[in-house]
Amino acid sequence: MAEMAAQGKSPEILFWVGCAGSFDARAQKVTRALCEILNHAEVEFAILGSEERCTGDPARRAGNEFLFQMTATTNIETLNMYGVKKIVTACPHCFNILKNEYPELGGHYEVVHHTQLINELIVNGNLKLKEGGDFKGQRITYHDSCYLGRANDVYEVPRALLESLDVDLVEMKRSRKNGLCCGAGGAQMWKEDEPGDKRISLERIEEALETNPTAVVANCPFCLTMLQDGLKAKEKNEQIPVYDLSEMILSRL
Amino acid sequence: MIQSLLFILVAGVSGWFAWKGFSRVWRNIQLGKPEKISGNTSQRWRNVLLVAMGQQKMFKNWLPAVLHLFIYVAFVITQVELIEIFVDGIFGTHRFFAPYLGAFYTFVISSIEVLSVLAFVATIIFLSRRNLLRIARFQKPEMKGFPSRDANLILLGEIILITGIFCMNGGDKVLQARGVEHYHLTGDFAVSTWLGPLLFGGMSNGAVVIIERFGWWLHIFTVFGFICYLPYSKHLHIILAFPNTWYARLTAKGHMENMPEIQLEVRIMMGLPPLTPADGGESAPDGNPSGELPEFGANDVFSLSWHNILQAYSCTECGRCTAACPANITGKKLSPRKVMMDVRDRAEEVGAAIASGRQAVAAYDDGKSLFDRITPEELHACTTCNACVEACPVLINPLDIILQMRRHEILTQSAGPAEWLPMFNAIENAGAAWAMSEPREAWRDA
Repeated sequence: MAEMAAQGKSPEILFWVGCAGSFDARAQKVTRALCEILNHAEVEFAILGSEERCTGDPARRAGNEFLFQMTATTNIETLNMYGVKKIVTACPHCFNILKNEYPELGGHYEVVHHTQLINELIVNGNLKLKEGGDFKGQRITYHDSCYLGRANDVYEVPRALLESLDVDLVEMKRSRKNGLCCGAGGAQMWKEDEPGDKRISLERIEEALETNPTAVVANCPFCLTMLQDGLKAKEKNEQIPVYDLSEMILSRL
Repeated sequence: MIQSLLFILVAGVSGWFAWKGFSRVWRNIQLGKPEKISGNTSQRWRNVLLVAMGQQKMFKNWLPAVLHLFIYVAFVITQVELIEIFVDGIFGTHRFFAPYLGAFYTFVISSIEVLSVLAFVATIIFLSRRNLLRIARFQKPEMKGFPSRDANLILLGEIILITGIFCMNGGDKVLQARGVEHYHLTGDFAVSTWLGPLLFGGMSNGAVVIIERFGWWLHIFTVFGFICYLPYSKHLHIILAFPNTWYARLTAKGHMENMPEIQLEVRIMMGLPPLTPADGGESAPDGNPSGELPEFGANDVFSLSWHNILQAYSCTECGRCTAACPANITGKKLSPRKVMMDVRDRAEEVGAAIASGRQAVAAYDDGKSLFDRITPEELHACTTCNACVEACPVLINPLDIILQMRRHEILTQSAGPAEWLPMFNAIENAGAAWAMSEPREAWRDA
């Protein structure tokens, strides 16, 4: 972003990479996939790079409002300095907090999740999917992330993308509004589960496996980690991959 | 004459008891912090009409939804008959409205009878779901003791009420057919026209009059008992569901309440001016004139909003939240229903201590708090997934309370899971949720 600003350019969209997208090896692949898709569609975009900080979602949900306010205010100062209007992110936690909680702190942007942006590009004809492809006709189950789903009522856009990939979408028993959490939200990602019978990720992946899928699809870097952990525990991680929707779209460009 | 006096006496006494009970609930709700909730009245009306009156969210699970609807509609329509019972009770008349309404009267009473039969069936099924089938959400630890008895008592009351209706109407029909004085003709009622003769046809006039009067008094006694019992029961939801859906939050479920006082502190610390409403911020809160260290988050009913306490009293302990909670499903201690019950029970405890004069509102200190009921282990198990919020048929938000208590734990007690400290430190020092050695853009070179 700094480079573009120095050249006097203001890109139409800022890609908010997020901590997972920046540092988590699995989520980095999603970050690169989204960049390729945006380049393919000739969308002019920028990233904040080292000027991006954690949005503060895990801190705020853990109860640390001071830390959240500090990091969020710093981010808003940066975003407003560059005059950012529209933000895309591949992380539903970043999406939710930028969209719903930054305005009260003085950060007003149009925020979209990457599945929404990709869908928009396809609908507008800026992205054309090739015929056929690996996923055509495959049994695939889709996991609603809590922060895209219940938190923001986005259920149908990711499903529309799956439809454009011609997959055989099989829903889990608990889906859409009734979807079951992967177990990572509310800062659980940074701690062990409280004492109980089993991990939430295992409960969820067992439900996914009941649909007898060839692949599981998610839209959130934390869900990716949790679902993969669950598959490992079930010793199914070799046979069944967990994809982010963007990776499936990329394979068809 | 004696009956009229007796009726007025019973009505007066139960009115007084009900008044006491409802004012107690009202006062306890006021224990919470003031919070102004307004705006978007059209959406609020929509919620009241669709969610409370129309029971929209019950229909996620159609079987209990339909059964619940039978009882609900029967209850509402029976209120029409209750007006007549009051008129007859006070003036010593008998079926006062019948001559004026004619066929319409027959239709109304017939509708009440049909719905009462449906409600009777529903009640029997509900009792067996709780006590024979033992549906999982009714068997959680927080349901032991009074909560389970409370539910069964209400269902039993329902059966008694319906028994009263059919004794009253059935007896009446038999006496009408025999042309007994005082029992004027009312047309054929859908159920009691055949049920009455079937049950009481072989009895003497005197015996049937006793049954008819017994039914009438049983009905009204159950109603009065019910009104007095409501403010002590989970069944209060039949009233509070309406204000509760009206005051429900209308923002996206993912939105977490802002803390303007901390926002202001942080902005001052960072050398930034306070946000004005024009920037989208809330107006800056007043300073802290007492000079005491402020408490952040909630540890008691006083630090929750009145709205949280209203929600606690609106909860009918159905447990749909707990059945949907990923933490509870996987055997963790957290149960969103228990959170609501704990807040209500604490409000009852605090309210009782204040009412008895043992404690004053301003300096309340009984050495206890919400943390004696809701443990950190429960709070730490929450994934903030909003499944409980989505599940509640009357728009209660247990997550809001959990998050306010987490805030108290971290900000006021400086406690919380030790595993979160590295994350906090990383965000504060490195601007990332993990402490990483490589730069944030390293993914570009991979």
